[in-house]
Amino acid sequence: MASGNLGLTYGGQEKTPSLSGETEFAAEAGAPGGLFHADYKRHDDLKQMLDSSKDSLKLEAMKRIIGMIAKGRDASDLFPAVVKNVVSKNIEVKKLVYVYLVRYAEEQQDLALLSISTFQRALKDPNQLIRASALRVLSSIRVPVIVPIMMLAIRDSVSDMSPYVRKTAAHAIPKLYDLDPEQKDELVMVIERLLSDQTTLVVGSAVMAFEQVCPERTDLIHKNFRKLCAVLVDIEEWGQVIIIGMLTRYARTQFTDPNINGTNHSEKDKPFYEESEEDDEKGKQTESLVLDPDHRLLLRNTKPLLQSRNSSVVMGVAQLYHHLAPREDVAIVTRALIRLLRSHREVQTVVLNSIASMSVNRKDMFEPFLKNFFVRSTDATQIKLLKLEILTNLANESNITFILREFQTYISSQDRDLVAATIQAIGRCAAGIKEVTDTCLSGLIALLSNSDELVVAESVVVIKKLLQTHQGSHGDIVGQMARLVNRITVPQARAAILWLVGEHCEKKRVSKMAPDVLRFMARTFANEQDVVKLQILNLAAKLCLSNPKQTKVLCQYVFSLAKYDQNYDIRDRTRFLRHLVFPSTEQALLAKYAKKIFLASKPAPVIESVFKDRDEFQLGSLSHYLNSRVVGYMDLPNFPAVAPDSNVRNVESPRPVIPVTSLRGNSASAPSKGKKKETFYSESSSEDDDVKDESGSSDSKSDSSSEMDSDSAESDSDESSSEEDPDDSVDISQQNIVRLSPSLSPSPPAQRLSRTLVIESSSESEYSSNSSDSDSNDSDKVVKSSRMPPPKSNLDLLLDLDVSDSAPVMASVSGIPLGTLASTPITDSSVQPVSAAYISTRPTELVSSISSGCGLQILYRYTRSINLYSPSMVTIELTLVNTGNEELTEVKITNKNMPVGISMHEFTTLASLPVGATRLVTVGIDFGDSTQNVSCDLVASGRPIKINFRPSVGELIRPVTCTEGVFINEQGKLKGMNEHSFSITNTLELEDMKNISTKIFRTTNMASINSSDPNTLRFAGQTLSSKSLVLVTILVGVNPKLTVSCEKMIIGSMLLAELKEALKN
Amino acid sequence: MIHSLFVINHSGDVFMEKHWRSIIPRTVMDYFFEAQRQVVKDNKGHEDVPCVIATPHHYLISIYRNGLYFVAVCMSEVPPLFVIEFLHTVVDILEKYFTECNESNIKEHYVVVYELLDEVLDNGYPLATEPNILQELIKPPNIIGNLINTVTGKSNVSSVLPSGQLSNVPWRRADVKYTNNEAYFDIIEEVDAIIDKTGSTVFAEIAGKIECCVRLSGTPDLTLSFINPRLMDDVSFHPCVRLKRWENERILSFVPPDGSFCLMTYHVGCQSAVAIPIYIRHNFFLPKENSQSQTGKIEITVGPRQTMGRVVENLQLSIPMPKFILNCTVTLNQGRATFDPVTKILLWEVGKIDPTKLPNMRGQIHIQSGAVILQSTPSVNVQFTLTQIAISGLKVHRLDMFGENYKPFKGVKYLTKAGNFQIRM
Repeated sequence: MASGNLGLTYGGQEKTPSLSGETEFAAEAGAPGGLFHADYKRHDDLKQMLDSSKDSLKLEAMKRIIGMIAKGRDASDLFPAVVKNVVSKNIEVKKLVYVYLVRYAEEQQDLALLSISTFQRALKDPNQLIRASALRVLSSIRVPVIVPIMMLAIRDSVSDMSPYVRKTAAHAIPKLYDLDPEQKDELVMVIERLLSDQTTLVVGSAVMAFEQVCPERTDLIHKNFRKLCAVLVDIEEWGQVIIIGMLTRYARTQFTDPNINGTNHSEKDKPFYEESEEDDEKGKQTESLVLDPDHRLLLRNTKPLLQSRNSSVVMGVAQLYHHLAPREDVAIVTRALIRLLRSHREVQTVVLNSIASMSVNRKDMFEPFLKNFFVRSTDATQIKLLKLEILTNLANESNITFILREFQTYISSQDRDLVAATIQAIGRCAAGIKEVTDTCLSGLIALLSNSDELVVAESVVVIKKLLQTHQGSHGDIVGQMARLVNRITVPQARAAILWLVGEHCEKKRVSKMAPDVLRFMARTFANEQDVVKLQILNLAAKLCLSNPKQTKVLCQYVFSLAKYDQNYDIRDRTRFLRHLVFPSTEQALLAKYAKKIFLASKPAPVIESVFKDRDEFQLGSLSHYLNSRVVGYMDLPNFPAVAPDSNVRNVESPRPVIPVTSLRGNSASAPSKGKKKETFYSESSSEDDDVKDESGSSDSKSDSSSEMDSDSAESDSDESSSEEDPDDSVDISQQNIVRLSPSLSPSPPAQRLSRTLVIESSSESEYSSNSSDSDSNDSDKVVKSSRMPPPKSNLDLLLDLDVSDSAPVMASVSGIPLGTLASTPITDSSVQPVSAAYISTRPTELVSSISSGCGLQILYRYTRSINLYSPSMVTIELTLVNTGNEELTEVKITNKNMPVGISMHEFTTLASLPVGATRLVTVGIDFGDSTQNVSCDLVASGRPIKINFRPSVGELIRPVTCTEGVFINEQGKLKGMNEHSFSITNTLELEDMKNISTKIFRTTNMASINSSDPNTLRFAGQTLSSKSLVLVTILVGVNPKLTVSCEKMIIGSMLLAELKEALKN
Repeated sequence: MIHSLFVINHSGDVFMEKHWRSIIPRTVMDYFFEAQRQVVKDNKGHEDVPCVIATPHHYLISIYRNGLYFVAVCMSEVPPLFVIEFLHTVVDILEKYFTECNESNIKEHYVVVYELLDEVLDNGYPLATEPNILQELIKPPNIIGNLINTVTGKSNVSSVLPSGQLSNVPWRRADVKYTNNEAYFDIIEEVDAIIDKTGSTVFAEIAGKIECCVRLSGTPDLTLSFINPRLMDDVSFHPCVRLKRWENERILSFVPPDGSFCLMTYHVGCQSAVAIPIYIRHNFFLPKENSQSQTGKIEITVGPRQTMGRVVENLQLSIPMPKFILNCTVTLNQGRATFDPVTKILLWEVGKIDPTKLPNMRGQIHIQSGAVILQSTPSVNVQFTLTQIAISGLKVHRLDMFGENYKPFKGVKYLTKAGNFQIRM
């Protein structure tokens, strides 16, 4: 019940809340003077309900208030009454109060501050959902005063165990940024951290925050690019859309244009026929080489998303291909786009819009799907018009008859807009395709006798355009149209006819009719629309020049009518024409050329798609849809001429690309891994997959934890293979690997999560799963310490903060977390285990194939991950390779010769190891914080092979993190005998800092601690067995010095020696 | 991203609003109402309200479903499809909760809707949209639940916070338990076609989907294989389906979400000949423009064509008549016909086709006096169903379950429907 949620305060039996609620209310009513007793008239009943002691009444009141908010009614005057209930132990009431707070906190900032401490406390709740919702509300209340608190909360939450909380933290980042853009630098650091998160749940939100806060920082993406590509399939749909959008922009800055050679080729081909073949070949070669492997990776990994059920994902991939892919590859998106046309009307509209734009330049892509764009009478008008546009764009010599026949049926449609657009479309087809111009023209002329005036008018306008583009004598047509002037009332059409008559007034048939037309128009001049009037003037001027005998008087009449027109455009035009046509003597110079001016042949209008100029916008964006720049639109950068260094994307220790699989794979069993696994430049063959599938299905029958094993085994094997031989890694992972003690790959969040779940499914509590996760003592303490704050009643909470002015509230509020860090003695919760910063990928040989005597080669490697069997064990991964000629059976470890205090957890016996096969197994050894030799026998086919494990001291440590303050504090305690230091002789420069860290990480498994002093490097670790802190400080600068502090003197001195050695090289 | 959401009913009232960032005043909806009025003025349907409206400071992206407009307000660049798809997802979720997403249901369950909206979006970005997860956070209302709620005074918010929020399978809730374990698969195919005046097929295509209702305990891992999977091209999947397995073996392998969901949609290309189950003989003419007569004629006969041996059922013909038509009087030998004078749709509910006695309709069309007669031809929208057959011939081979020990009850059903089936007269 209400227990878990606010479990801090009370055990949470059903009855307690109501009891405490009562007392609290009684006290409250008297205590804090006027603050809550302002004179509010309205909603008195609600206030009473909220103040009551019964949760059911409170709930009812909250429901009604939420109803008011939903309807958009003002409920702000209830703020004081509602905010009190934020401490309610009833989760339902609490939730609704949160909703209310988010809505009104902005308006009543001072009062809202009263709730902050509740959230701060909830941020430390053991339940991840409570932590998450507290963070959500805290970051949503938009009160600028709490920016520092938000920052603190976000920073804490990004390293939370629960991916859900981390996701919420990612969501909180843009909120904080909106509230206070000054925090950007710090937020960027947080984003950087989130981007490297291994959990799919988090990554999408992290990229979203990136896009909102610092989209220009492409440098943050480099390291994560390959990971993002690899996990893309597993991210939730909305995250996919955002990541694809971001990657499109990223790719535009990092890769060269894949089509640059292709287009040049086709264009240059003709003029450069004489060029030698060699050159040509070279061109081809470069063409095939242009694609950066990462570029190809991106394209390949986004392709499966075309099968998403979410249309925006499909559209995202389509635009990515449109903007990034080589021309010939873009076509694969067509089918998926066509599929979206069966979706909702709104989706259709947007997709058709994009297709219309694509089809201008990529006809061949959509031509096979011509029929899918046929208009249905049930389509919405907008969709019909878009389909028509696409059909017109796709029209060519071979399909035009087909399209025209289809157009014919549209003309008899009931939708007037469609009819008009169809006629326009016919005009465009006619203008574009020479073969059908005449057919179309005669078809359009036939339409002139249609009973529908709209059809006629539209046809007239289109014919006018066509006649302009089409050379030849059109006297007949113009004559026929001139007769229509009487009938047509649509101004545009009348204007078009008049223009045509004027233009062709010297042609044989028209010349006779033209004066009559003018006479007719002169009579109705006063009642015409402005467009028509202008054309009448035009016609009059032209006729007067070509046929002055018949029309001069008429022309003067028209001009004088127009002289007194209301519209100044018309008056203006008249004045201009009059001086040209009827010149007074001094202006005769220009008038001489009047005929040339008026009757010159005019350039034909270009009839083309209205979607032609949309290329400047990114396909599928709002700007593209509206064809205007929208706030916040980022231009797609042009491809660079030379690609920037692609090495920036190399990750030092190849990050395991897989952790997701463990997320999905755990329950999903092995086969699912197939689809994400061979992401790195290798396309898997189907055979390989079959093998894997079999292994998968057999796995799935065993219990869930063994599935986990195979998972992490695979992830490890991927790490172990370097980038250059991806195929190998695939091979290894395809073996059916069975291991006893699964090691954690260096992706603690994901792994931790999935393991938590495994344990949960075996019906253990969440806490126990936590504790088995890291070392049991430690996390138990964490849990305890978070429970520790003494239970306070609700009243206390309010009294705590009952300060009228907000500034002191701030101080006291933000003081709480800082105080715990600075003053209180170190609790273990301040020292948190983290994942290894570096993991060696190269195994070292333990026993060579020759010395083993049976062709068995054994390699070993420290995985630096927490051992599942016992957290105090060092996890060692053994690679067993059978290089001999016979199959090895019964491979196992026997005869363990353990010194006191050392224990070992061996791997399960391998039934057989076929010739040439490779198996990965892990053993866990608890060295008891000593570097003593551990020897044992590995028996294969009955033959014992002696193996010796002698760990380097650096491997007996696991990394922990803490704040700098804690570090210094702890180091202060480890003085004297516990401190070993050494002055470094060779000068270390500041540039070498990174280099030094790398060396340290290679040698020992520690984590670096953020240091405020740029000349100091700090590393922290913890011995595996005894959990004593190991702290390393390196001073760089004038007196370079290396200091190792550790309670265990031997460990300290040995580590110092090893580090000394490492730094020398 | 999405700043606010307004829900508007038919009569143009904003009856629900939700803001995820700072409050945007309701007045922004005036632009939407203006667009709506324009559509009404142009004599168009509700479908024709533009789905993206740009106002000086805001962008209104709307969808129209079940007689309601859901209008999202955005203030900066966002892929429009992202918003549209999201709004549809929200409506889908509401439909899952209240079986029907209409005004009265939303009003009745204000609080649930509000909580849902709070959960699906955070700061304008989608947070959790998987129905399985949401149902754990916020319990869907039901009659018994309501009864208990009123008696005990509890609400639908689950009082125990779900631990399954982070279940390792993001689309499936954890700890599912059923006494009867069952899995039903409905293979539904829709025939889209345009048939021209002469009866020849201009365009025909089959679109199919597999709707599942899976109620299985634990975490079952299912595989579904087909006898003839090559029929399907261009598929889209629920996120639970393992793509690689499909690519290599054409087998659907997945851990299903709990409850009902759409597993996949597919497409049977227009390359293979599509069986058109019915034909129509029609005769439609309007009086000549200048003639004195005010009546036209309509005559329609429907018959079965390639029905794969099944009976065509639930046949229904709807004919949107031109606007200038006043009324239709028809006589039928089967079924029921109605003419709606407002929408001008002549609807004929035929029922089953009996091949020995073909359904037939004949009658007269009355023209509004004084109206200009435009020679336009309506097209007939056809609805029908064929049960127990997928018209493409698709057949399920077998369904296997791994990962759990019990024996589930399995069922597969086939159904063919008319999708967008149009006959031009």
